Formats: sequence, structure tokens, C-alpha cells
Amino acid sequence: GGAALLVASLPRGAQAATVDELIAEFTGGADVADSGVELTAPEIAENGNTVPIEVSAESAEAIMVLAAGNPTPPVATFTFGPLAASHYASTRIRLAGTQDVIAVAKLSDGTFARTSKNVKVTIGGCGG
Amino acid sequence: MAEGVRPRVKVPRSASAGDAITIKTLISHPMESGQRKDSDGNTIPRSIINRFTCEFNGESVVDVKMEPAISTNPYFEFEATVPEAGEFKFTWYDDDGSVYEETKAIEVG
Amino acid sequence: GNWARLAAQQALTQDQLLQFDTFGNVSLIHVTDIHAQLKPIYFREPSVNIGVGPNRGEVPHVTGADFRKLYGIDDGSPSHYALSSGDFSALAQEYGKVGGMDRVATVINAIRADRPDAILLDGGDTWHGSMTCLRTQGQDMVNVMNALKPDAMTFHWEFTLGSERVHEIVEGLPFAALGQNIFDKMWDEPAESFKPYEFFERGGVKVAVIGQAFPYMPIANPGWMFPEYSFGIRDEHMQEMVDEVRAQGAGLVVCLSHNGFDVDKKMAGVVSGIDVILTGHTHDALPEPVMVGDTILIASGSNGKFVSRVDLDVRDGRMMGFRHKLIPIFSDVIEPDKEVAALIDEQRAPFKEELEEVIGQTDSLLYRRGNFNGSWDDLICDALLSERDAEIAMSPGVRWGPSLIPGDPITREDIFNVTSMTYGEAYRTEMTGEFIKVVLEDVADNIFNPDPYYQQGGDMVRIGGMGYRIDVTKPQGERISEMTLLKSGEPIDPSRNYVVSGWASVNEGTEGPQIWDVVESHIRKMGTVTVGENDNVEVVGA
Ligand SMILES: [Mn+2]
Ligand SMILES: [Mn+2]
Repeated sequence: GGAALLVASLPRGAQAATVDELIAEFTGGADVADSGVELTAPEIAENGNTVPIEVSAESAEAIMVLAAGNPTPPVATFTFGPLAASHYASTRIRLAGTQDVIAVAKLSDGTFARTSKNVKVTIGGCGG
Repeated sequence: MAEGVRPRVKVPRSASAGDAITIKTLISHPMESGQRKDSDGNTIPRSIINRFTCEFNGESVVDVKMEPAISTNPYFEFEATVPEAGEFKFTWYDDDGSVYEETKAIEVG
Repeated sequence: GNWARLAAQQALTQDQLLQFDTFGNVSLIHVTDIHAQLKPIYFREPSVNIGVGPNRGEVPHVTGADFRKLYGIDDGSPSHYALSSGDFSALAQEYGKVGGMDRVATVINAIRADRPDAILLDGGDTWHGSMTCLRTQGQDMVNVMNALKPDAMTFHWEFTLGSERVHEIVEGLPFAALGQNIFDKMWDEPAESFKPYEFFERGGVKVAVIGQAFPYMPIANPGWMFPEYSFGIRDEHMQEMVDEVRAQGAGLVVCLSHNGFDVDKKMAGVVSGIDVILTGHTHDALPEPVMVGDTILIASGSNGKFVSRVDLDVRDGRMMGFRHKLIPIFSDVIEPDKEVAALIDEQRAPFKEELEEVIGQTDSLLYRRGNFNGSWDDLICDALLSERDAEIAMSPGVRWGPSLIPGDPITREDIFNVTSMTYGEAYRTEMTGEFIKVVLEDVADNIFNPDPYYQQGGDMVRIGGMGYRIDVTKPQGERISEMTLLKSGEPIDPSRNYVVSGWASVNEGTEGPQIWDVVESHIRKMGTVTVGENDNVEVVGA
């Protein structure tokens, strides 16, 4: 159908911490490498209210997920225990529009890595 | 307390010692973000599950800090190592103080 | 000239249409996007079908005279009429209607007479698109298709019958219901009711057919009607399936796809090991396969207008060669199959009177296909503006819907053929100018995003009462400009509210009269319909 209403509305919070602030808090200000963590998400969300994502990083102690375009960017932080077979996790998140989803991993050697993936949230198309 | 909260988990019944297994969990919960308004324009108070943990025989598999951007009916999938026979314990912590638990035993053969 | 045309038409025979030098050891028969057109129809191919990014100027984004030149098709020839736009009304009068599932049955039977174990594959969009299909919740199409004995099928609009009805039908299907990308949404696992693939032993070859349903079902159609399912392209899972069937000994891997042509073309370059992709969804009809590496892509049109036959030589676990023909179904040339004709009449009998009632006449060619507008949608938008008392009208850019030629009566069946769906409510609402732009930008990006994986395979939402300019080369948010309210000639004010009427909303709980009733009421008042040229959309960058 041509016209639908916008999904996933999360109005802007009063004092949302910025993505940079949240990352600095997570890393303690350490440098962040551009490789070492993976994030899988659909190109186009079927529904902005429930977007499947997957994060993984070999040897990660913890992975933080942020949604840069949400009024409040924090999404979740996964901390892996000794019995985590792989440092992999999958969940479903809310995205208030097309935006970058960001994953930052704390690796076991104390270094940090980040990656991002753009997810399109559309109000609907028309079919053939 | 949120109504009708029901945890569901998928864990294989058995594994070989040292195997990596996939675990899937779902819990029915509205995950009220605290950012929505009702029809009178009043903010609906936040009421979410803010933490999820999975342990096996008392040792941690994963511990998740959850924010309001986690979808309704939170879903998690991850992998655990099974060193011996025992029990997985899953715990969800609600903003309102409620704690929901589920356990699954696994055999090693 | 006229003489050549008449001569060409007289020379057209069933034998000639079916002529095929049988080749190799495996035959595939492909039909797709029938949209419940049981009877012969007119169907005008698009004159505007813009390709973007890597597909700019590539087939199927070549139309009209350029298309004929590309394939060496003579002006006025049967192929001109069947495959391209231009001079449509005149050629339609000479060559007559196309399609009809009884004629399709004749063609399938003829191929089977040649190759008894030919594999018949249905690409989906089958249980949708007519009044009888809507009223019987797809049962008319299920009954007729079952008589053709397909071997497998995949899906798109079928899901708009609602998942309960889809389950009910699929459980009883005497052939495979395929979709490697149909997943159970709750647990993110392959859905139990749909197998990813099916094997067929043919000509000493193990043939694997992998299904690929429409990837963007919950976006392009109302996801609330099938909440249990998730789709997506899932090309990594497709690769796993290809590897899995190869490991099990498949000598030929066929993908029965409803991705849309450009998505399939990209997927053919990403996934290795597929021999043949039978494309669907974007309704393209191509007289020759398109090659991507070692994969051949077949485009078999829509609305029952074509049947594709692909003969393959498969030896030592490899496709060594192929021969292909896109067979146009000229309804006056191909003899209807009597059994299927009777079966079709049986499906239509309870609705006959309703279907055949004449509502008005048309002086104009009524067609839909094209990226920006078609005269059918102009008429539908006019109906929405006047019957729903709106300033702006929106009609979805779907690609189904047959044509009518000048002088034709407009029956109720004709109106349903371009409007019928399970969410046809014609809403009336207010939207700000800003929101209308958001809608246009959003839909435009689903069509003109240079990455095919972001394309949903429809056309631009049709707008009544408003003009605009579109630069298809720009990114989302910058394509649409110069939005103008036609009634006043004033620019659209981003902050003002406009009364908008449209139909086919994907939102649950949409209210309004059914669009076919709105259109019928409008046409009754008009008596004879004349639709003028539409120059309300200025296209840049095509
Ligand atoms: Mn179709
Ligand atoms: Mn389709």
C-alpha cells in the first residue's frame, strides 16, 4: 500500500546521553578499532518495533549496542560469562526510523572495537 | 507487576560434554518504554525488564543489561558450553521488582 | 503498414506459437503472477520502467521502440503487441486478447506431450486479483491451478488472505509449497509449513527446486495479516540451501523466485551454484534469458499472458546448455482446453451476473503499468477525489491489473481486476504537506534506491490532485520537489493539513468503503469515461 503511518515512535527524551558519551563511558576513553566486532541486521526492517540484530566478537568480554537515531541511544549490553560458547548474541530492538545501529566490543585483551550497520525503516511500499 | 508474563526457552534435552549448544529465550512482556503518551497526553510510566541472565550450574553464560529499546516480548539467542550434566537457570528482572525464573535440565551422554 | 499486420496476424497459428525443438533431458515450464486472471484479457506492458544504479538502461528497464530494437522485433508484429507498449489500442483490436488459464492449459499439455515429465512451476501471486478469487478466498485459483498439476509454487499476495487461510490451502495442496526465506517470526527458524526446496528426478537428473517468496511481504503488504512470519532475502541461507542440495546430489539447481528481477540479478551474483532463476514479482516479460555468470534468469510476464519453456541439457552434474521460449498466449489463436474451460466456468458461475454487469464505457485506453501513472489509476484517483471529497488522492503503485481498450464496456469484473484485495478500504484522512512528502520520498526510495536489495518491486504511488517533480538519481529525501496542489496551483505547504483519500493501507483498522464500490459509483456517474494525458509528474534523471 502507498500510505501508511510511521512506526516505532520514541519521542526525544529530556537529556539523552549522546552516542559519543556512551561509548566513552563504556571504553573509559580508550581507542576503538574499526574491526574485531560484527553486527548483522536486515537492510530493511520488516517492522521498526522489532528489528532482529546479531552481534559477535571473538574473545569479547562485553558488547554494547546503541541505536544512534533513537531518542535515547542505549539498547543493551551483553556480558559474556565463562560458559558462553561463542561471544555471540541475537535480540530484537526498536528503531525510531532509518538509522545506524552501533556495536562496541570490549575484547579480552582490554582493547575495544566498534562497527555499525544502517537499517532502513520504511513506511511501506507497493507490490508487483 | 506486568500481567501475563510468561517465559519460554528452547534448550536441547541432551548434549555431549563440552558441546556448544544454541539457546533461545522469549518472555512475554510489554516493555513499556516510558516514552509513550496515553490518549490524554499523560506519559505512560516506564515498565521494562531491565536485566536478563543465564547461568549453568551457578556459572554465568550471559548477563544482559536491557534498555527500553528492546522490543516487546524480549528475545535472546546465544550459545552455551555444556561441560557436564546440569541445569540452566534463566532470570528476568522487572523494573517493578518482580523476578521471573525458568530452569531447564540437560543430560550429557 | 496495415497489410503487413493483417498478414502477420493471419500467419499466427497455434503450431507456430508452440513450435520448439526439444532439447536436452530436462524441461521446465514457468508461469507466474497470474493474479487470478482466469479469462483472456488485454494487458499493456509499461512504457516507463526506469532502471537505476547498475541497472540503468539494462533489461527489463528498456521499453517501447527501444525494446523492439534491442530484440529485433518488427513494428506491428505479434511480438510488438505482446512484449512492448506503443500503438497498443490498435494492435489489441487486431491481435485480440491474451491469456486465459484454459489456453495456458493447452500450452502446458502440448509441452507435456513433447516432454511428459516437464516440471511445472508457479512463481506466486496466483491467489489474488479478481472478484471470484476475493469472494472464494483463493479457492477458484486453487481449483484451476490444481487441474494444471504444478510441481511446486512460491508466494507473495497469497499471504494477504491471512495466515490461517494460507495454512488451510497449503495443507491440502497436491504439490510443494516452497520458500527458503519464509521463517517463523517468534523463534527465527524456517517455517514448518513451507519447505525450502523439493527434489525431482527427471531425465536421469536430480533436479532441486528452491523456493524464494517475496522478501518484503510485511512491508509492502499488511504484516498484521500474517504475524507469524518473517521473510527477507536471506541470501546466506539461500547459499546454504544450494550447498545442501548439491551435497545431496542435485545436478540442476532451480530457484523459483518472487524476488523481482533486479533483486534476482543481484542475488545471482552473490549466491553461487544456481543454474536457473525463474523470476517473478516485477511482471517483466523477456524473450531471451539474462545471464549472470553461469546463472540464467527467466522472466515470464504476468496475468497469464505468457508461459516460459526452458529445456536443459544436464550431464555429469552440470548444466551444459539450454533452449528457451517465452510463449505468448494469444487467446484467439490458442485453442482453449475444454476441461479447464469448463472448470473456470464452474468457478465463475455463482458470480456470473455480478461479474458481467456493465457499469460504464471507456473512450480511453485504461492501463496501469508504468513507473508513475497509468490511466486506470488516474481514474481511480479521480473517483477518490470526487466520491471521498478529498484534495489529494493516493493509489498504490501495484503492477497487476489488466487493460481495457477504447470502446470497451467497463464491467464490475473489470473494476475488481484492478482493485480487488483483502484490504481495499478507501480511507479519508488529513496529512500535513510535510508528511505527504515523507510518503513520496519513502515510496520513491523503495523503487529507485540504486541497491536492488532495497527495492520492493512496485511502482510509484499514484497521486491525484497534486503534481510534483522527481529526480530519480537523488538520495532519499531529495528526490521530490515542486509539490503543487493542482486545484489552486499553489505549492504544497509543509505545515498545512490536506484531506487525503487513498486505499490499500497496510495499517490495521483502516476504515472506509471498499475501493471497488467507490470506483463503481464514480464510473456510474460518468457513464462514459475519458481519461486525459497525465503530465502531473515531471521526471528527471531517467
Ligand atoms: Mn505480481
Ligand atoms: Mn508480487
